Order: sequence, then structure tokens, then C-alpha cells
Amino acid sequence: MSPPSLDRFRSRLAGTIREEPNPFGDAVFRAEPSDLRDVLRSLRDEHGFDLLLDVTAVDHLELPDSKPRFDVVYILRPSVGSERVRVQCRPPDEDLSLETVSDLWKAANWAEREVYDQYGVRFRNHPNLKRILNHKDFVGHPLRKDYDIKKQQWLSEPDDLMDEMRKLRGGAEGEESESVLLNIGPSHPAMHGALRALVDLEGETVRHTVPEIGYLHRGFEKSAEKGTYTHVIPFTDRLNYCSSVMNNVGYCRTIEKMLGIEPTPRAQTIRVVLLELGRIMDHLVSVAANLVDVGALTNYWYLFNERERIYDVIEALCGARLTHCYVRIGGLAHDLHAGFEEGVEGILRELPKALADVERLVARNRIFLDRVVGVGAITAEEAISHGFTGPCLRACGVPNDLRKDEPYYGYDGYDWNVIVGTRGDTYDRIWVRMEEMRESMRIVAQAMKKMPGGPVDVDDKRVSLPPKTEVYGNIEALMNHFMIIMEGIKPPAGECYGSIEAANGELGFFVVSDGTGKPYKVKVRPPCFYVFSAFPRLTEGGMIQDLIATLGSLNIIAGELDR
Amino acid sequence: MQQLLDRFIESRGWTGDWAIELVYFLGMLFFAVALLLVVVTPFTGIVSWAERRIAARMQSRVGPNRVGPQGILQWAADGLKCILKEDLIPEDADRILFTAAPYLVFCGLFGAFAVLPFSEHLVIADLDAGAFYVMAITSLVPLGIIMSGWASNNKWSLLGGMRSAAQIISYEIPAALSLLAVVLAAGTLSLQGIIRAQGWSPADWFLFRNPFLFTGFFYFFVANLAEGNRTPFDLPEAESELVAGYSTEYSGMRFAFFMLAEWANLYVVASVVNVAFLGGWNVPPIAEGVVLTILQMVVFAAKSLVLVFVIIWVRWTLPRLRVDQMMLLCWKYLVPLSFLNVLGTAVWMMIVPEGSAAGRVASWLLVLVGLSLSGLFGLRVRKNLKDADVGRLYLNPFS
Amino acid sequence: MLFDLANVVVFLAVALGFVWATLLASRLIQPRAPGGDKGLTYECGELPVGAGRIQFNFRFYILALIFLVFEVEIAFVFPVAVVFREWLESGRAATAFAEIFLFIGILFLGLVYLWRKGELSWHKEEPEAEDVPSVR
Repeated sequence: MSPPSLDRFRSRLAGTIREEPNPFGDAVFRAEPSDLRDVLRSLRDEHGFDLLLDVTAVDHLELPDSKPRFDVVYILRPSVGSERVRVQCRPPDEDLSLETVSDLWKAANWAEREVYDQYGVRFRNHPNLKRILNHKDFVGHPLRKDYDIKKQQWLSEPDDLMDEMRKLRGGAEGEESESVLLNIGPSHPAMHGALRALVDLEGETVRHTVPEIGYLHRGFEKSAEKGTYTHVIPFTDRLNYCSSVMNNVGYCRTIEKMLGIEPTPRAQTIRVVLLELGRIMDHLVSVAANLVDVGALTNYWYLFNERERIYDVIEALCGARLTHCYVRIGGLAHDLHAGFEEGVEGILRELPKALADVERLVARNRIFLDRVVGVGAITAEEAISHGFTGPCLRACGVPNDLRKDEPYYGYDGYDWNVIVGTRGDTYDRIWVRMEEMRESMRIVAQAMKKMPGGPVDVDDKRVSLPPKTEVYGNIEALMNHFMIIMEGIKPPAGECYGSIEAANGELGFFVVSDGTGKPYKVKVRPPCFYVFSAFPRLTEGGMIQDLIATLGSLNIIAGELDR
Repeated sequence: MQQLLDRFIESRGWTGDWAIELVYFLGMLFFAVALLLVVVTPFTGIVSWAERRIAARMQSRVGPNRVGPQGILQWAADGLKCILKEDLIPEDADRILFTAAPYLVFCGLFGAFAVLPFSEHLVIADLDAGAFYVMAITSLVPLGIIMSGWASNNKWSLLGGMRSAAQIISYEIPAALSLLAVVLAAGTLSLQGIIRAQGWSPADWFLFRNPFLFTGFFYFFVANLAEGNRTPFDLPEAESELVAGYSTEYSGMRFAFFMLAEWANLYVVASVVNVAFLGGWNVPPIAEGVVLTILQMVVFAAKSLVLVFVIIWVRWTLPRLRVDQMMLLCWKYLVPLSFLNVLGTAVWMMIVPEGSAAGRVASWLLVLVGLSLSGLFGLRVRKNLKDADVGRLYLNPFS
Repeated sequence: MLFDLANVVVFLAVALGFVWATLLASRLIQPRAPGGDKGLTYECGELPVGAGRIQFNFRFYILALIFLVFEVEIAFVFPVAVVFREWLESGRAATAFAEIFLFIGILFLGLVYLWRKGELSWHKEEPEAEDVPSVR
């Protein structure tokens, strides 16, 4: 396969597919519903875009071009490489359906279910087109523009998931009596977050797994459409609450991309420090919880003490421990406080000791190795097909890391390595995270050393509030202040996908602007969503205890899974 | 104990069968209740407190420190809380089995205390088949666990109960075989007899009697960990997997009895290992009378508590095995090795007569081996302490 | 010895009485408000699917049988073990050892047999189709 190249794609398909101009520089192609599968297959097989990042839709009801109403968006990228391409396709309004691509990418299975759930666009030949985030008895499609945000539905009947389980059990009629159905979760000690897996057991061996998500109905994407662009920032905190600053940055970076602004060098470096601290925190939680799941309880405290230390530093910085909300569009809420540097030094001094403690306890422990080596393994091809990114994909040996592939905030200026595993099993996932924490510490140390001076907010009237002294003394500054607060930041109209390498993988935001101060649509691409879709594949054939250990290593955060 | 009561009867000058029987009966009742209230319950409670405190120190936490000095009465507060809790029985549960299970579990463990010696003379009942009795009576515990798992009508409970059953019956084999080797060496099944067959110096302990018994100690210890559902064999109640295992549906006082049994079991396991391998209450003949008895009690309790500490330590250090690995360890490693052990002990006894010079030398060599193993371990710990920046450690357990 | 046995019986009775009395005391002072979802069995917050008394793995029965055989045999070895020392002193060591060796040897052979048959591994490999004897 030749290296991913859009130019080749452009020249090859010049006749059949139309490239749409995009104000934000993204490559966007418009396909006809009949050509869609061919175009996507060609992109995957011939042009190296083997990773389906996300499928979503845009409801054009309140936009000028409202016929046909829905625009389905496929976002692709090569598993290693920075180029991204969007293929958009408008299903006809009459039957509102497209051909499924879930046979090309396993990731499309859940992605298409989500589009169906949220927008009501159907996918022909989809193996299991049912609601995924909303309740099975939910009426309507919440992300359609004509669905009132205040409409409430009272739904109390639990889903027994038997429709899916029956399909999986299939022809094995005679064995039916021997197997047992067991609900693991949503309220189970090893389900870190409100997740559920209905498993079909034979003895203690898992034969089939049906995962269920969608217990947290926060309506992040719907809420985001109701406030200004700045109002969305606190909502993003709650996505992956283990590393909320990463969500802040991911969102703000997308909006900045739309506005065409680049944060100041100081803001970029501070963001890098916070991003890496966030990554460390997230990995600490993941590894600690994973070790608890295999019964090594003591490590939990060794790691969580260090997490607390990081929380202390961040609390001093922004006043919040869990939901930081420190990043702003075009900069930061405020500059670093005096003493931040000492705090970070403390972290860099103490964290390696905690990691060493944990390593001494488990790294060569026979029981631990027996429990995790070879458990829940997945090959790189399958992982890519499932839409894995981040540590879970790197554990399979694919050096997929946006910080290297598409260096932002000067990540290429730091000396660090991408950690990859070999087997793609639970052990590799744990150890990739352990080593990544060390690499993150290196980045933090270098960033703190080179921390440039200067302002933290860009000098741009469209996004930055003027200083208070100006506001009180100067009518122009007062009006500027008033406009930003009352009407919000106004990115130019258009559609933009921006992403960063979050702790669990590629965290993407697909934002549609209609030119006003409120986002027309904000779609988040949570890395966990696609990782969890592979859960049945990872667990079937193992034992309950393997299932528990595997789940811990995937680090599923229900906060970003459910929207 | 019988002599004590006989002396009491004599001093009163009572005669006649009725008096003797009545005094015997009341005496037994008195000792049983006294042991229950004065030794077993508080001791179990304190072991539970110790476990929580030690675990907390190992995990750089504080642990319970509010009720009583250093939180030592935490167990009483917990017990009181459990008494005040509503006791729920699931509607679909088998009520009879559900309510009977805590009785069995508690009897199984409390019964073992009847033959556990505290000193040379202080023992409730010195049965001549004491070792057998302990094995038999503690088997009531898995029975209770299976009953609770089955009766709860809950899949987690049943999985936990079945795991427990499989585990306990599997590890019963290496435990029994290791004990068999001890019985070969001691020539008696009475626990007091086994202790008497050993001496106060380490070289006289069965642990160092011969190389086979030396390894047998470890098989016996591991098998007992498994029978007591302790980490790394805590699969029946693995909280991150089976919620709470067999006791998922239990609440209130019934649940407390399961917990009580678990911690009482810690002491029972440690004491049995102590009796079989570590010389029990044997002390050098430096005192007599009451002083000797007290000395013996202290020595016995100290050895047992060290073992309790080791068990706690293991629990908070190791991860948990998977169920198939647990079975593998037992049937493919421990069972064949313990077979070898029994034959090896018998052969050793035939080749090296007891008390011969060769036997003494071998014992002392084994003591040296044991000491050097501990020494190596100590060095390793010291290295880790050095690596871990001692300033950060709180060596004072009460800090 | 009778005294000791009686003592054990009294002991167990006291244990039963203790459990009973504590549960009774608890019953007298605890709040009681049965009914509602409290009576449901716990299955992680979902309604339980199917019966709780599930059919468990067949391997448990085999395991129980193996245990029974081993444990009973070991119990028979104990009396020999008890007198082993005396016989050793009275010069009948060979007889005693032969007896123990016989018992242990049979058990060991049994273990080897089970191992070879694969009954000792938790996941017993399903026999391949051609290995299954077919009835005609």
C-alpha cells in the first residue's frame, strides 16, 4: 500500500467525486449515496485511510441549504499519519437511508447506530440498527433541530438485551440449557462507570458478550447548541473527567482552528504541561483501577496518592480538582500562579518513586503476569478496524500518536518517544500506559524549562476580553467586552474537525458554525466509544476474570462514552 | 481441664455421680462461654482491626483510628452496627438454608478453638484425634459457604460458593498430605502430642526436622491460605469480580458472622501451622508453675500472630489468581509435591534415626538455610527501602 | 477422653447458642421494613435474567469425586502414620513403609491417570470429533 495521499485520491476520482471548498482547510469530498461505499472503500484500500474516526450527521434544517435535510459525515485518517479526510453524503429526504459501511470498518457499527439514534438516519444492511445512547423506548431523535431540548421523557423499563443475545446464541439450541446469562454492571465494582455487559456463561467461560452503554443522559451535544462557544467549555470538563483539561484543550483548539488563531507561545507551553499532567492523571487512574481488578489492591493507593498530588497543584492553579475549566478560546483563564513550578517539580520528583514502587510489586510477579499476559489480545488490523486510537492501539504495535503525526503546540520540539507494545494484550496496555507516564514527565520537565514569557491570551479582539482597566475607561473596549460576553465568539460559518491526542486516544470535536455566537453543532469523537465497541471481541472465549482485567485495561470512561 | 474440675470437686468434698456430672457440665459451659466471650470474639475483632491497620499502613493510609485508643475497638462498633442493621432475606431465597449457613460457618471455626492449645495445660479438649478433628470441623465452613451461595438464589453468590467449594476441596488434599508427614514424624494425632514431639529450639521444630518437612511447611501454609479464602486465593469473595461472592445477599448480623468467621479463621490457620511446624508453646525450661504457663501462652500467641501478620502481608501484596490457575497450582504442583513429601519423610525417618547426630546436623543446617533465606529476604527489603527514600516512610505504626 | 468429647459437644452447642442469641437480639432491635425492591436478588442493578440457581460446570462433580477418593484414602493412611514411629523403633519399619508406599503409590497412580486424561485442567479440551466413540 502506498503512503496515504490525498493528491492521488484527488486525481484518481476527479470525475466521480466533488471536492468541496472548506474555509478551514480540511479536505472534504461530497459523494453521492450510490457511490459512498465505493469512495470509502477506495480511500481505505488504495489510499491508506484505514482508520474510520467518526460518523456523524448534520441537520441542515436551520441552515440555508436545507434540502436534503441531513448530511452524513465520515471522518477518516490513516492509522499513522496526519492527513484527514471527510466524506460527506446527503441521504435523500424521502427514505433517509444510506448503505452501511459496518462491513468495511467494525467501528462503523456503533458509529452508525449513534447516527441512527441521534438523527434518525437509517443504514441499510446494518447488522443491528438499534438505539445505542438513548433508551430503547425513546421517541424521536434528540439531535434533530426540531427536537425541543426541554422535552422530557419518562422511561423506566430496563432493556434486557435479549434481542442481541438471542442472535449471538443463534443455532446452538442444544447447549442453551447449559449456559447462564449474567449481568455484569451497571452497578458492579469492576465497571468503572455506568457500563453493562450481559454475558452468556458456560461455567466461568464467557461465550458471548453484549455490552450496553448510555446510562448517563447528560445531553452534552444538545446542550452545546444552546449556549455560546465559551459556554461549552465547562461541559467538556465532564467528558473524560479523569483528565478534563485535555477536553478543554481539544475543544478550544478546534474553535481556534476555525477562527484561524494560534495561542501565544506561553499559552501553548502551559497547555502542553497541563495536557501531559492530564495524561499522567488519566493513566494513573487506569493502571490503578486495572491493578485493583486483578486483585493487587495496594498499588491503587501508591498511584492515587500521586494523582492527589497533581490535583493539589491544579487546584491551586484553577480552584477545581476534577473539572478544571481552565482553558479558554484563544488562551487560558489566567496565567500561572506563583508556586506552580515548585508544585510541578514535586510531582516530577515523587511520581517516579510511586511508579517504581508499583513496578517492584507487580512487574515480575508471576501471578500478575499469568493474569494479564495474552489476556484480551487484539491484532493491529482488528484494532484499527474497530477504530482504536491512543494507548490501546499503540499496545498493538501501531505508533499512532497525534503528537508525533500532527505535532501541535510544538510537540515536535520536545525529546520524547512514542511507546508501542507488541501483543496488544492487557499487559501491553498497562505497560504502554506506565511508560507513557514517564515520557509525559520528560515532556513536562522540558516544557517547564523552556516556559516562554509573554501574555497567555492572543491579541485578537474577536476572542480576548480587553483588560478591565480598559473596559472601565474606554468606550471601545467596553463595547468589545459587551459583545464578546453577550453575543459570544463568532467563528466563520462552516464545518471543522479538530482533534488532539487525549489520554485514551484521539479526542476529536466536529463543530459546525452558522456564523452566529452559538455553535450550530458540536460533536465529540470520544476515544472510549470505539474501544468499548470491541469489548465482545476481546472477552469472548475468556473467563469472567479475564473480562474484568481486560475492561480495566481499556480504561472506559462512561463520561465521554455517553453524551 | 478435667484435673482442674476434679480438684475443685475434691476441695468441696462433694461425692456422688450427680455432683461430678453437674460440676463437669457447668465447668464445660463456663469454659466454653468464657473462651467465646473473652478470647474468640475480642481476639477475632482485634485481628480484624490489625488487618485493617496493617493494610492501611502498607497502603500509606491511616486506617480505623477513632473508636478506642488507636481504633482498637473498631470491631465492637462494627458489630454493634451490624446488630442494628435490617436483616434482609431475598424473596426467592431458600430461607432454611439461607438462615442455617451462618450457623455452620461460625460453628466450624469456633469448634476449632476447642482443641487449639494455649499452653501445655491450658486446652479445652485435648482430643487424641485432634488433627483430624480440626480438619473435619473446619470443613463445616465450606459447607456453609456453598449453602449460602445456593440459598441466595443469586448468580454471584452461587459462582462464589462453587469457586469456594472447588478451591477448598482441592487444597484439602495437599493440606492433609502435609499434615500426614507431620503425623509420621510425631507419631500422634493429638495437637498437644505433636507439640510435645517438638522442642523449644528451632532445630527441634518439625519445620527444620528434615528437608521434606521444611518444604512441606510451605505447601501446608499455601494450602491453608487457599482453604481460608485469603489472597491470592480469595476468588470466592473477589470483590472486583463477584461483587461480594457468596455473601452478596447477606446483610446485618448474618453478614457479620461470615466476616467474624473469616478473621477467626486467620488465627485458626496460623495456630494450626504453628502447632504442626513451629513448635507451638514449647519454651526453654527456665520457669515453672504459673510463670511457665504464662510464658508458654505468650510464646504460642506470638508465633501465631507472626503468622497472622504474614498472611495479612501476603494479602495486601499479591494479586489474585485466576480460577483455572488456582486449580492448576493445586493439582499439578502441590499435590504431587506433597505426595513426594510424605514418602520422603518416611524414608528420612528410616535412614536418619531421630536424635542421631546426623539428624541434629541436618536440622541445624536447615535452620541455617532458613536463616539465610530470611537474611536474603531482609537484604532485598533493605535495598527496596533504600530505593524508596526512607524519609517518606512512616516506620512508626501508630503515627 | 469422654470428657474431652463431651466438652467439644458443649462447645459447639455454645457456638450455636451464641449465633442464635445474637440473631435474636438483632431481630428485636433492628428496624424491619420488608418489601419493595429490597427483596430482589442483586444482579448489578438490572433485573435478574433467568433463575439464580444456575447449572454449574460439570467439572465440579468430577472434582468432588476426585476429592472424595483422595481424601478417604488419605484418611486411611493416617492410622499407619500414627504408628509409624513405634514400628520404626521396634524394627518393623519396612512393613510400615511398604504399607504407606502402597497407599500413596496407588493414589499417585490415580493422579497420573487423571492428569493424562486431562481431568485436572479447568478447561477440559473438548475431544476432537474423530476421538468421540460413536454408537452405531
